[in-house]
Amino acid sequence: MRFSSENIARNVFFLCTIAGAVVISSILLFMIALGLPLFKESSFFSVWTGPWDPYQGLYGILPMIIGTLWIALPATVLALPLSLGTAFVITILGGSRLRKILGVLVRFMTGIPTVVYGFVGIFLLVPLIREGFGGAGMCVLAASIVLAILISPTMILFFSDSLTSVNPVDVRAAKALGADRVQRLLYVILPKAFGGMTSGFILAMGRALGDTLIALMLAGNAIRAPRGVLEPARTLTAHIALVKAADFNSLEFRSIFACGIALYLFTTTAVVAVRFMDYKRSVVQ
Amino acid sequence: MRKTSVRVLVIFFAFCFSASPCFGEALDAFEGQKGTIKIAGGTAHIPVMKEAAKRIMTRYKGIVITVGGGGSGVGIKQVGEGLVDIGNSGRAPRPEEIEPYDLKMFKWAIDGVAVVVHPANPVKSLTKDRLKEIFSEKIDNWKTLGGADHAITVYTRDEASGTREVFWEKALDKDLISKKALFIPSNGAMKTAVANDPYAIGYVSVGHMDPSVAPVTLDGVTPTIETVANGQYKVSRGLYSNTRGEPKGLTKLFIDYLFTAEGQQIVVDNGFISVK
Repeated sequence: MRFSSENIARNVFFLCTIAGAVVISSILLFMIALGLPLFKESSFFSVWTGPWDPYQGLYGILPMIIGTLWIALPATVLALPLSLGTAFVITILGGSRLRKILGVLVRFMTGIPTVVYGFVGIFLLVPLIREGFGGAGMCVLAASIVLAILISPTMILFFSDSLTSVNPVDVRAAKALGADRVQRLLYVILPKAFGGMTSGFILAMGRALGDTLIALMLAGNAIRAPRGVLEPARTLTAHIALVKAADFNSLEFRSIFACGIALYLFTTTAVVAVRFMDYKRSVVQ
Repeated sequence: MRKTSVRVLVIFFAFCFSASPCFGEALDAFEGQKGTIKIAGGTAHIPVMKEAAKRIMTRYKGIVITVGGGGSGVGIKQVGEGLVDIGNSGRAPRPEEIEPYDLKMFKWAIDGVAVVVHPANPVKSLTKDRLKEIFSEKIDNWKTLGGADHAITVYTRDEASGTREVFWEKALDKDLISKKALFIPSNGAMKTAVANDPYAIGYVSVGHMDPSVAPVTLDGVTPTIETVANGQYKVSRGLYSNTRGEPKGLTKLFIDYLFTAEGQQIVVDNGFISVK
């Protein structure tokens, strides 16, 4: 084996990969190890399927899992049409001036701190929902709407990137056949860009699942699983933020690790789904 | 990444004109001292901590004091683990918290926990039994109590809150808190939430009350500084600063400062009751 710079570089990068993999898998092991007392005390099963009521000795995180899904899924569904439309305008449909302005705006939105969205939500959206729909105002709906706005820039940027990376030869061919802008978008660009756009969608959903502050500020954090969009809910992440202050040795505190595992699994599922679709696409081509 | 436990790093370093020698000699103890004091925990304590820190830091540039929140549970845990120098709590630490860390506690103020509603709410007086019924969701509409025909929104505090613990023990007699109750992570956020929701009921530290929220008379006693001080209003507690082992150096100076006449004046200025 020669000491060429190529070899050294390869080994260094290989070590980096190993280190990254070790860190990530040790986090999972760490969470399982620290969560063990909880799983022993109240059976492994009841942690995932039971209600949360520390005063009664119940440490289930099911309401938080449900709460997370109740908030993240509508947020993603709301963000999708918004992002699709914006991405279409930015890449194909808009005039050059509009594209530029929108592009700058979207990039600017990615830089706004989450807490600002949360604050605007508390002072504008929550009273509106309380007066308009009733209920407490702090609810699934409020958190979902703000979360949708929060994750759209991610989706828009991913969508735009995939749309613009379609081979221009195909687009020009369609143009030569007399296809107008909308036809080119729908029949040529969209099918080609679909894979990349799905990845963007799933990554944005991952962000919605993992966001802490919006739900903590706007969803009300009640410990009962929501039964409608106007009910308060607590997400896994908000639960961690609220319980992390409990006594270190208490079972309440240990539930943080169960939440961590649940979030880990959510994210892993999303990433595996993206990888799987990438793989399928590469097989097809 | 919990931004709600806003780390308030108050550095009023140089260039500050208020550093004129108009302060009493209480601050002289810090003469020639250098270093940092890290404070975290109870959110009721924050205004007093910030004011004390500001006065010390404007006069002595070598001292840096950081004041964080997090809640009483966090304060006790972090000081025990040695992450901060002073851990504040709005309740006395429990024996099982004191024991493993050898915590020393210093009670420098007395505070009440007041039930609050939106100022526009006509319901401003409740009996303890009614309060329990509201918090356990047995009464869920303000109409029952003579208010608007609208569902009651119950706000409560997170598991780490000393305010919650005192309220639960002394106002609710450890009765149920509805599972539909909304959780708010600090005294400040609770005040904002109630001030913005006309149908809210919640509870805050008496020291944090201002005209944006209205106190509720409980069993005929209105929570004010006077009624808490003379013991008429029963839902009260001490505000504690805890250290791991006997405080030393700067930390000791800081705690001593809280007990000086000037320190206790800060306590009173912020709406708490002096221990002297």
